[in-house]
Amino acid sequence: MNAHERKKLRIPTHERDSQRRKEDFFEVNLGYEEAEAVNEAERCLQCTNPLCVKGCPVNIDIPGFIKKITEKDYKTSGDILKQYNYLPAICGRVCPQETQCEGACIMNKMKGFQPISIGKLERYVADWNRDKTNSKKEVKITGTVHKKVAIVGSGPAGLTAAAYLAERGFEVTIFEALHLSGGVLVYGIPEFRLPKDVLKREISDIEKLGVQIKNDYIVGRTITIGELRDEFDAIFIGIGAGTPRMMGIEGSELIGIYSSSEFLTRINLMKSYDFPRHDTPVRVGKNVIVVGGGNVAMDSARSALRIGQTIQFSDHDTYHPNHVKVVYRRTESEIPARIEEYHHAVEEGIEFHWLKNPVEYIGENGQLKAVKVQHMKLGEPDNSGRKRPVPIDGKFEVFDVDTVIEAIGQTPNKLLLESFPQLKLNRWGTLEVDQNLMTSVEGIFAGGDIVTGAATVIEAMGAGKQAAKSIIGYLSENLHHQK
Amino acid sequence: MSYTILKKAQVAPNEYDIWIKAPQIATHAKAGQFVIVMADENSERIPLTIADTDEKEAIRVIYQVVGTSTEKLARLAEGDAISNCAGPLGKPSEIPRGKQTLVIGGGVGIAAILTIIKTLKEKGNHVTTILGSRDSEHLILEDEIRQIADETLVYTDDGSTGKKGMVTDGMKALFETGKQFDAAWAVGPTIMMKFCSLVAKEQDLLIWTSLNPIMIDGTGMCGGCRVKVKDTIKYACVDGPEFDGRYVDWDILMNRQKQYLKEESESKHVCKLGGINPSQSKEGES
Repeated sequence: MNAHERKKLRIPTHERDSQRRKEDFFEVNLGYEEAEAVNEAERCLQCTNPLCVKGCPVNIDIPGFIKKITEKDYKTSGDILKQYNYLPAICGRVCPQETQCEGACIMNKMKGFQPISIGKLERYVADWNRDKTNSKKEVKITGTVHKKVAIVGSGPAGLTAAAYLAERGFEVTIFEALHLSGGVLVYGIPEFRLPKDVLKREISDIEKLGVQIKNDYIVGRTITIGELRDEFDAIFIGIGAGTPRMMGIEGSELIGIYSSSEFLTRINLMKSYDFPRHDTPVRVGKNVIVVGGGNVAMDSARSALRIGQTIQFSDHDTYHPNHVKVVYRRTESEIPARIEEYHHAVEEGIEFHWLKNPVEYIGENGQLKAVKVQHMKLGEPDNSGRKRPVPIDGKFEVFDVDTVIEAIGQTPNKLLLESFPQLKLNRWGTLEVDQNLMTSVEGIFAGGDIVTGAATVIEAMGAGKQAAKSIIGYLSENLHHQK
Repeated sequence: MSYTILKKAQVAPNEYDIWIKAPQIATHAKAGQFVIVMADENSERIPLTIADTDEKEAIRVIYQVVGTSTEKLARLAEGDAISNCAGPLGKPSEIPRGKQTLVIGGGVGIAAILTIIKTLKEKGNHVTTILGSRDSEHLILEDEIRQIADETLVYTDDGSTGKKGMVTDGMKALFETGKQFDAAWAVGPTIMMKFCSLVAKEQDLLIWTSLNPIMIDGTGMCGGCRVKVKDTIKYACVDGPEFDGRYVDWDILMNRQKQYLKEESESKHVCKLGGINPSQSKEGES
């Protein structure tokens, strides 16, 4: 391959060997070395009308930060990223770039070319800045505004809204129900995809802007929305889609059946992969079925695989790999999971069963023993544009398993919504908002999964940013009226 | 936020009564609600019923040492702080006005009925209480409850105090004398709540039971605490913890409570409390 040919293809990042990595929870993707990042950046055509920027929910100046990598000016590159995105080390790792910036890259349309590895470059720059500018992080705050904003939830939407407002001089307090901050980033996404140290550093950068995070605060219980309204000039609700949807089929109460939320919370938030050093256990049998085809299903399957091998109660020297199957009611081409994560799962030995759907859990003495699945076929496209899975009459199959993890989606958490019924809901049970992301109650804004239903980290961040802008608009207008 | 232990007393073998500084929770707590407590950052999130609140400053919880995390909690002394305390969680008890009520507490579950009895009295209800425990040593809060309730009956398994027998014997005795109640509560071991519910069902009596399935976040996020009530799945943390015991599927609850028995004992066998200075431990003091 000559130099010109080489330029057509993206430079791959380093990944840990699939057989080794499935024994632990360390990060799978190791990112770029400097020379590789520079070479990859040099592939960028620096379009004058960049499509990638339009593909990005927060419209990062992608050619701009990539240009600075070619100049080896990683500091400025990082500054460009942070103008648009307060969590670049996270987005570089978990964004579905293939359907966003990278999916829009002009090189997709050029025969034999691969798009620029924008996500991996973002990660490189974010990590460089984290390692090299550790204590010298400059905090730039433009002026002080004597307005207080309360943010409910410390997930990607809340963190982004908080950072945007704090940077512009607002007094921001985040109220977080759990003992650790980050929302889905801390309880949902596993260590091997997003190391918690990376998250901690990004959050501490946001705290340096003056954002105060109050953990153990369940809004609606520890403090009411009414009390928040008395104390704050505006409120942003970014509580995510926090209640698991479950199949609800016969046998759902048996021991061995988890929602993906419980399973991943045990592992990520409570660090049960490190049991008994951490007190919370997670029990996974030798034969596991994960139901679903999204990123949460991939995270659950890959975690279940690893747990089987990292927790040995009595025999530390023996190697007992778990057998993990994913059953999905559609086919490979319909899975909502990121393609990279699906490939990782396949490499690690997870078995995929397409066009199958559980219809009954079979137990013995209260413990799950088997799952009965029905075979499906694809019918006409449904509202989502994907072909609807249709059960095939009389065609069943039984798998012997001891653990099932249902990863079939989330619905809004009703705790806060029930405590403040003035907030209008739409027919999906999520919060109704106007074009400025203001809810039916004046001064209360909302964004992220609690508005859209379960979506991605970057979309929640986009909503957080949009809401922050609306809050600034609302409060300055408000200030005007008062004069 | 520093959740300092303001007072600590041992009230029974392996049972401790502590006041935790938590003004934000104290001002919002109502009868029947609970908190999630973490002794240190590696602990489990343990749900504990709020037994009392004080001067809008502190909350009181009474707990039994059953696993590693509660053991860590027991090793903390007055003046030490626990790492996390979140709440109040769950729906408050539905307190009627001016009714005849029966409140039953068993074992460490007696802690959970204290605020219920107090609130019932505040709303002008007549309260008959039955307390039950293994023996006199394990009977907690008897004096405090006797002072508030209109009538208090005590039953122990060995007859070392009160009458020999179970709380259900007390229920039956009351019903035999023709006593009528409008509502009842029973909080204690799951098996006790099950049998109290069966007795109440025979009398067609509404009986609130506070369910204690395995829980993690306590905010409706994980679904681990799901229970079956009237054939529908409920999350004890947000839909409860109190449910009408007549309609609870007790066998499912008891089965699900057993999920982690093996790991619990495994965890206790591993020596991992070394990080805590044993001299800080005031176990045994009261």
